[in-house]
Amino acid sequence: MSTAAEHRPAEAAPILRVEGLSARIAGQQVVEDVSFTVPATGITALLGRNGVGKTSTIKAIIGLIDRTGVVELAGERIEKEATFKIIQRGVGYVPEDREVFSGLTVAENLRLAERDASPRRQLVEELFPDLLARAGQMAGTLSGGQQQMVSLARALLNTNKILLVDEPTKGLAPKIVGEVADTLAEAAKTVPILLVEQNLHVVRQLAEGAVVLSGGRVVHTGRALDFLDDAGLIHRHLGVSTDAASHGDPVEKGAAL
Amino acid sequence: MSTVILLLFTGLGLGALYFLVAAGLSLIYGLMGVLNFAHGAFLTLGAFTGWEIARRAGSDNWGIFLLSLIIGAAAGAAFAAFTEFVLIRRLYQRHIEQVLITLGLSLATVALFDGIWGTDPVYIQGPAWFKDTTDILGARIPNDRFVCIVAAVMVLLALVYFLKKTRYGMIIRAGVENRSMVTALGIDVRKAFTLVFTIGGAAAGLGGVLASHYFGYVSPMLGGSLLIFAFIVTVIGGLGSLTGAAIAAVAVAVLQQFANFYLGGTGDFVVVLALALVLLFRPSGLLGRTA
Repeated sequence: MSTAAEHRPAEAAPILRVEGLSARIAGQQVVEDVSFTVPATGITALLGRNGVGKTSTIKAIIGLIDRTGVVELAGERIEKEATFKIIQRGVGYVPEDREVFSGLTVAENLRLAERDASPRRQLVEELFPDLLARAGQMAGTLSGGQQQMVSLARALLNTNKILLVDEPTKGLAPKIVGEVADTLAEAAKTVPILLVEQNLHVVRQLAEGAVVLSGGRVVHTGRALDFLDDAGLIHRHLGVSTDAASHGDPVEKGAAL
Repeated sequence: MSTVILLLFTGLGLGALYFLVAAGLSLIYGLMGVLNFAHGAFLTLGAFTGWEIARRAGSDNWGIFLLSLIIGAAAGAAFAAFTEFVLIRRLYQRHIEQVLITLGLSLATVALFDGIWGTDPVYIQGPAWFKDTTDILGARIPNDRFVCIVAAVMVLLALVYFLKKTRYGMIIRAGVENRSMVTALGIDVRKAFTLVFTIGGAAAGLGGVLASHYFGYVSPMLGGSLLIFAFIVTVIGGLGSLTGAAIAAVAVAVLQQFANFYLGGTGDFVVVLALALVLLFRPSGLLGRTA
């Protein structure tokens, strides 16, 4: 398992640029004037307390909720496009809570996600051999960890410019958390990832860059380790102690990332 | 015993018609969240189109009857596709506007059909075999009931095959469960919307031709009268569930027939009572999600 410390942040042109992004759900402002970039390599963590707008930011980027502002993918404006067209441009989306289709089999869930002429079935079979054995099983009967594998596999089947991964370890057993982290580390070798993650240990292990939201706005950007090693910043923006941060304890007292 | 058998087959025939309307309603609501009050208009147009074919080409002919089924289904499908593409597409997620526009369309089409074919029922005859009866355990069952039942079973099997074995069927099943996630996989779910409307319209148009033979006439109000019970079937079966719609269609129609005969013509009341009980104790319907 590699750590972020082994990978220095790459100085590359951003694959994703978000500028002045704002979004509302049912009249309530959930994202406000958010601006950040995601480099073309490695994993960038999108951090913040519970309800700060991380998931809404991800959804706003791909147009799942109404938004204003600029979204650029590989230098091209995409904010006016429909969600399916943004995805077809090469965005892989792994939603919070997996959102597998419970009434479809594992194989059907994967087939549905295939959009490339030559989907990377072999890669998925190598990364998730368990899914191959469960191809005919209804996805709704899988465990949380297995459903997360289906959700990740759906994104990895296609060649993407970026993966947007939303809380992939949420509610999973520690052993499965490790497997998910390993999978993301492996995936990040070939595709940049914007990762929303509440487990600080996983963030420390995987992320090179960090974008921190507070009150729907970006309050900090920079190297992930610089942020994670600063107890003051962690406490101010995430509301957790450095002990929790360094040991990867579940986030306490409503101060989830 | 013969009365029970007769009521049972009459109920199955009527259930077949309910299913042909409810199948489209259920899929349309399940996938798109659209309560389509114009669905009865697809059925009425199919019935009138089938009647026009029979009137012009000769009614006592199996070939013409089959042609009228195909043309009736095609008319329903075309009208449904037009409705989705021109009227509904701009109104997804705007439920009040959807109800207003589909309700308005249903009223407008009744007036349109009145203008074209008149307000009185026009009577229709099919192949001579339809007028005959078949003896089952002492009950003389009108043959047109069997035609309705066979057609509905074939439509059910075709729809199940389509939903289970084709990519678009898979998209529709997934979309019924979680439409935004289908979009988030890079799939243009709007094509599936149009397709589901078209399929629902075809089933309703087919149901219209069969209903005209079941009742012996076509009138501008035919679709509206069947639509009420199809909505009840859709809710009892479970919104979005094709199998649920099939089971509920048979249950509602058979219950209605027996109540009409044994409980002094209270069939409609009993059906509404059944709907109330389902909503009270099992709001998700027999096989669907919460209404």
